[in-house]
Amino acid sequence: MSSQRFRLKEAGRLDRNAPLKFKFDGKIYEGFRGDTLSSALLANGVHLVGRSFKYHRPRGHLGVGAVEANALIQVGDGNSTEPNVRASQVEIYDGLVASSQNRWPSLLFDLGVVNDLLGGLIPAGFYYKTFMWPRKWWMKYEYFIRRAAGLGKAPTGRDPDRYEKMHAHCDVLIVGAGPAGLAAALAASKTGARVIIADDQQTFGGSLNTDTDCYINDKTTVDWGKDVVATLEGLPDVTMLPNTTVSGYYEQNYLTLLETTKPHFFKSTIQQTRQRLWKVRAKQVILATGMIERPLLFANNDRPGIMLSSAIREYINKYGVTPGQNPLIFTNNDDAYRTAITMRKNNINVAAIVDIRENPDSELFRQAQEMQIPIHVGSAVVTTKGYNRIKSATIIKLSSDGKTLTGERKVLECDCLAMSGGWNPAIHLFSQSGGRVKWNHELATFIPSEATQNVLAIGGCNGTADLAKSLKEGLQAGVSAARLSGNKGHPPAIPSVQEPKQSETRFVLPIPTQKNKLVDEKVFIDFQNDVTLADIQLASREGYNSVEHLKRYTTVGMGTDQGKTSNVNALMLLSQILDCEPEQVGYTTFRPPYAPTTIGAYAGRNIGNLFSPVRTTAINPWHKEAGARFEHVGQWMRAWYYPKANETMRQAVDREVKAARTNIGILDASTLGKIDIQGPDAAEFLNRVYTNAWLKLPPGTSRYGLMLKEDGMVMDDGVTTCIKENHYHMTTTTGGAASVLEWLEEWLQTEWPNLKVYLTSVTEQWAVAAICGPKSRELLKELCTDIDLSDKAFPFMGYREGTVAGIKARIFRISFTGELSFEINVPRSYGLSLWEKLLDIGKKYEICPYGTEAMHVLRAEKGFIIVGQETDGTVTPVDLGMDWIISKTKPDFIGKRALSRRDIIKADRKQLVGLLTNNATDILPEGSQIVEEVLPKPPMSMIGHVTSSYFSPNCGRPIAMALIKSGRDRMGQTVHIPLKNKSIAATITDVNFLDNVSK
Amino acid sequence: MLHIECPWCGFRDDAEFHYGGEAHITRPDPSKTLTDEKFSEYLFLKTNTKGLILERWCHRSGCRRWFNVLRNTITNEILEVYPVTETPSSKQGKETYDRNWRRISPSKKTPKTDEAK
Ligand SMILES: [Zn+2]
Repeated sequence: MSSQRFRLKEAGRLDRNAPLKFKFDGKIYEGFRGDTLSSALLANGVHLVGRSFKYHRPRGHLGVGAVEANALIQVGDGNSTEPNVRASQVEIYDGLVASSQNRWPSLLFDLGVVNDLLGGLIPAGFYYKTFMWPRKWWMKYEYFIRRAAGLGKAPTGRDPDRYEKMHAHCDVLIVGAGPAGLAAALAASKTGARVIIADDQQTFGGSLNTDTDCYINDKTTVDWGKDVVATLEGLPDVTMLPNTTVSGYYEQNYLTLLETTKPHFFKSTIQQTRQRLWKVRAKQVILATGMIERPLLFANNDRPGIMLSSAIREYINKYGVTPGQNPLIFTNNDDAYRTAITMRKNNINVAAIVDIRENPDSELFRQAQEMQIPIHVGSAVVTTKGYNRIKSATIIKLSSDGKTLTGERKVLECDCLAMSGGWNPAIHLFSQSGGRVKWNHELATFIPSEATQNVLAIGGCNGTADLAKSLKEGLQAGVSAARLSGNKGHPPAIPSVQEPKQSETRFVLPIPTQKNKLVDEKVFIDFQNDVTLADIQLASREGYNSVEHLKRYTTVGMGTDQGKTSNVNALMLLSQILDCEPEQVGYTTFRPPYAPTTIGAYAGRNIGNLFSPVRTTAINPWHKEAGARFEHVGQWMRAWYYPKANETMRQAVDREVKAARTNIGILDASTLGKIDIQGPDAAEFLNRVYTNAWLKLPPGTSRYGLMLKEDGMVMDDGVTTCIKENHYHMTTTTGGAASVLEWLEEWLQTEWPNLKVYLTSVTEQWAVAAICGPKSRELLKELCTDIDLSDKAFPFMGYREGTVAGIKARIFRISFTGELSFEINVPRSYGLSLWEKLLDIGKKYEICPYGTEAMHVLRAEKGFIIVGQETDGTVTPVDLGMDWIISKTKPDFIGKRALSRRDIIKADRKQLVGLLTNNATDILPEGSQIVEEVLPKPPMSMIGHVTSSYFSPNCGRPIAMALIKSGRDRMGQTVHIPLKNKSIAATITDVNFLDNVSK
Repeated sequence: MLHIECPWCGFRDDAEFHYGGEAHITRPDPSKTLTDEKFSEYLFLKTNTKGLILERWCHRSGCRRWFNVLRNTITNEILEVYPVTETPSSKQGKETYDRNWRRISPSKKTPKTDEAK
């Protein structure tokens, strides 16, 4: 085991009494509780953690938290593994397993590095230029590109971890728990608001934990932060969410937050939630997301050991780790001096400070001088050396305009380089919220401008670097957000702050490169996507001068990093090339999520059985008991068929279909949509929504109806019954129940609000047993004595109310099979009892329960359509041969006008016909395409497709229904159905197979 | 996710609602003579508005009532909610109502004006 050589004795907020062991690339290391994978690796001197995306160059840690662009690693093993995770965002736990990515065969020896040597051959837009031609080679290229550009590996099995969702509301949501965010939370909660405060770090405090040279109310920043956190924890209406990344900002202040459970907690118990996706609706949002430090643009600025200055300060002050023993500082501003001073205070030797500015003069500068840190002013690092870790940097003085190098080269040895190129507010969420941004000349970056939602940006996110100002902004924003959301309490006083004053920044971008060098040295702009200065220049030469084009052509700002450290540098370069203001170049729009989110978190608990609700009928227990096979129909579980011992599906269905025509079949029809329609205008309403006439339907009778959309296409069908005057019972298809009700409501409320009609869904209120077959009347007679069931007294399409098996029932004499049939409706709670009674008494008639498959075959034998099977939203009643159901006299019904459109009355539309295969053993696959003539290979001209196809036991042969162009004019013609290895010939017939074809 | 104020139930997430497309589109009387072209305009042509639009929503998983909304398609801000049988009463709502080409014969107007903000 390696010891933690780079762990400092004192600094840091870790639990040093809790040492943890973890594995990286097969080697075991030690860290402490509170470490991230990055800080623990740095403690062990491990800088090399990955290979770059395109050139496979060795890469190390660059930043902290979500800012890390290089250290993407694979965490966990088996199906819990997660690829492309930032090492800086993984809290370590005992037994953590992680590995580097994008290297082969190993991290130290990677063959892909050949891309780096051939770098000149992989310019911007390389893939577009090379691989778009010849086109048929693309597939081959793609295989290699995908392999070469591989990030991590996705698990192959199901994610074993558990995820959850939380819905929450609050007055004020504060994003970021640094000084500004904590101040805002304190002020908002003291003013009475319900507050949620989230931070992606495990410890609240942000820069309070790293900028330890400041004092608030004479306390250290760390102590002040701890006090505020303790105060907030004591308040009832404050929810504090550490380890939580606010990833999306949507309309009406709806935000998504991804909370990661503390790993030692999550790993110690079984079935703890790993991540929780919060969906928060906030009255006011305060963005205190801070700033992201910018890299400096010099040759070979990507070697392991080159890091952002503020990140190094954070590793020292928060994690008690130094990334090097002889670091060099390279800066264009005062802030990096704080890193140098922090190092010296922790007894780390500082090789030198290289400052781009010619005459820096500030408190911090003088303090560094007093500490006798060598300072090279007006100078720049022009290149670096060291393959797997930086070894030295070459510095040269800059000309006064910053465009050329003057003077002597000096080589400074170092094992780490802290760079600071200025600061960018983390405006991602502000941009996602729809807010506009504006260019700030002093900071040379974009800051928030006009907001379009109830949001305030404060502190670093607002471009405010001073601690005192940030705290003031935080307190003010907290109070105002609390007041705007209706609270009236009193805010706390503004604290006194001591902090080092900072002077101006000098932007030199890029650092000029040395003349007379032998090889082209790469200046990296986007570390994650391997985009270099040369790429940006080339893209611009080739005319990609819009920021959106530049992004796509060079891939700058793409990937999981989304340009956190690269965007502003890239567009500043573009503005220099185009000789315009950065504001004119513009800015790409940020889109959610801010940081990559596991798909599991979006799915939450809506997986497996909980994916969607399952609806079952009252008779379901009987189906289960009887060994039925089930099928999903929408959300419903319906009995599909009831196999007896050793029966195949085909045998069972054949038996059920035969029984329904010879004895009695019984079907659980409870899932049919049922709508209770009442009101004085009910008949008029039905007359407008169905295609046929409804005004004169007498009580006690039913009618079949077809509903069209306004475009004339069939939408749904069903039987509607007049229960009594102004009271109707409508049935719909099982799948269409909800949408039909919504459709009817829409017309009633928006088009015909003057009609007095009331609709109620009663699908779940009635259980329905449909008995069908020649002996069904005899069976019903035994159980129902208060209704005259004779054909004369209770004719086809009749409706009666009475008692069946002692249960009050509604009986409909309607049929979906063509046989004598009664649909018995009883209140749902009596459904099972009715069913059992019918089966019990039905035994002597050899009653046979049948499922949905037999129901399909039975209706197809008679040529009855199923909406959604014979129709697909492009089929009119005329196409179906159902002209008889279209009223010629009604002035209006939905879809009436469309039926006379030129396109609808064309003769060559697809029409519903029957198909009989010439070879009586062939069953056509549903959905097959139909042709007139079979060619050796596609394309062939298709004239239609098979909509339904079954073996019909009552016809003794396969039957099929199809939609075929001008089908009704082709009766008797032979068509062909080409399949993969053969072609089936079939003859076009009428659809009523039972009556017209088999007899 | 939009936050929509149902006139009957108050503010709810848009998952409870069903979108009903543009509001105030007059359904032609099928009993009157109507050219295929005119009818197709009603049936198929929709404005693809950037900016303010009057549209219909239904509180499907709540009270099942339809109502109209004035929404900005750029910011998703909802400026007015009003009954389905009425016209908007806010200034911006009235302007949006008057601006719609459907209330003038589209064949008489140049396509440019459809996009006026
Ligand atoms: Zn409602």
